[in-house]
Amino acid sequence: MRARVEVMLKDGVLDPQGEAVRAALGTLGFRGVEAVRQGKLIEIDLAATDRAAAEAEVRAMCERLLANTVIERFRVEID
Amino acid sequence: MRAGVVTFPGSNCDRDLAEAFAAAGARVHRIWHKDADLPAGLDVVGLPGGFSFGDYLRCGAIAARAPAMQAVAAFAARGGHVLGICNGFQVLTEAGLLPGALMRNAGLRFVCRTVRLRVEAADTAFTSGWNQGQEIALPVAHHDGNYQADAALLSRLEGEGRIALRYLDNPNGSAADIAAVLSENRRVLGMMPHPERALDRRQGSADGSALFRALAGAFAAA
Repeated sequence: MRARVEVMLKDGVLDPQGEAVRAALGTLGFRGVEAVRQGKLIEIDLAATDRAAAEAEVRAMCERLLANTVIERFRVEID
Repeated sequence: MRAGVVTFPGSNCDRDLAEAFAAAGARVHRIWHKDADLPAGLDVVGLPGGFSFGDYLRCGAIAARAPAMQAVAAFAARGGHVLGICNGFQVLTEAGLLPGALMRNAGLRFVCRTVRLRVEAADTAFTSGWNQGQEIALPVAHHDGNYQADAALLSRLEGEGRIALRYLDNPNGSAADIAAVLSENRRVLGMMPHPERALDRRQGSADGSALFRALAGAFAAA
């Protein structure tokens, strides 16, 4: 079973890297780029076979390590 | 004074920090990140600057979960003093021993220069060698020193006098110009500037030595 974890800065937290990417896209001539947010995608292969248990486990991983919930939010998908 | 200095893979200020403690008269114990127990009888534990675990995932995130940090958290819970400098500050926030988070510098650049700071809390074992409101100069060298906290936490830190140092010319975008933060019991200090790199005027500033002398004074009996 594979889990995909998306970690993004919370709304309202300034993302200077995303802002730099937005500026660079403008420099390349891409018009109308209103905002860019940069985050992380983490793929985890799990031995678990129970979907709900796997999701609970991965959410615990997010809380304890994969995301800093002071500034980041996360989303978990189980394939 | 008995001081411990933790070394993580990628720490690069651990020796400087050990030397700074020793110069103030401390007996220094070096601690490896895999050590699950701290030496007995420590007064203070220092977490050094550097790039622990290559800054993988987030600065300080992996180090904060190392066995030695479990021991440091227990030491802090018993009322022990902990000093985190630069990456050590990042480790302390990641470990939940200090609130808030350190993000990428607002200007996106690595900042490496001496900055001017104002002492906002001179009533701790770390800072009593400076005067309240004194201006000091210490070097910073970091890419992720942009301290952020929500409005409620910022006003709480302010109200409780837990902002130890403020930048006079904010180099990284930190909220409220915060350069150093204290825990609720004022025994855990996280700071982005490097006092261990400012022990002698030949280093550009000797203002950092007051911190180590203050600690030595606080633990003179030990």
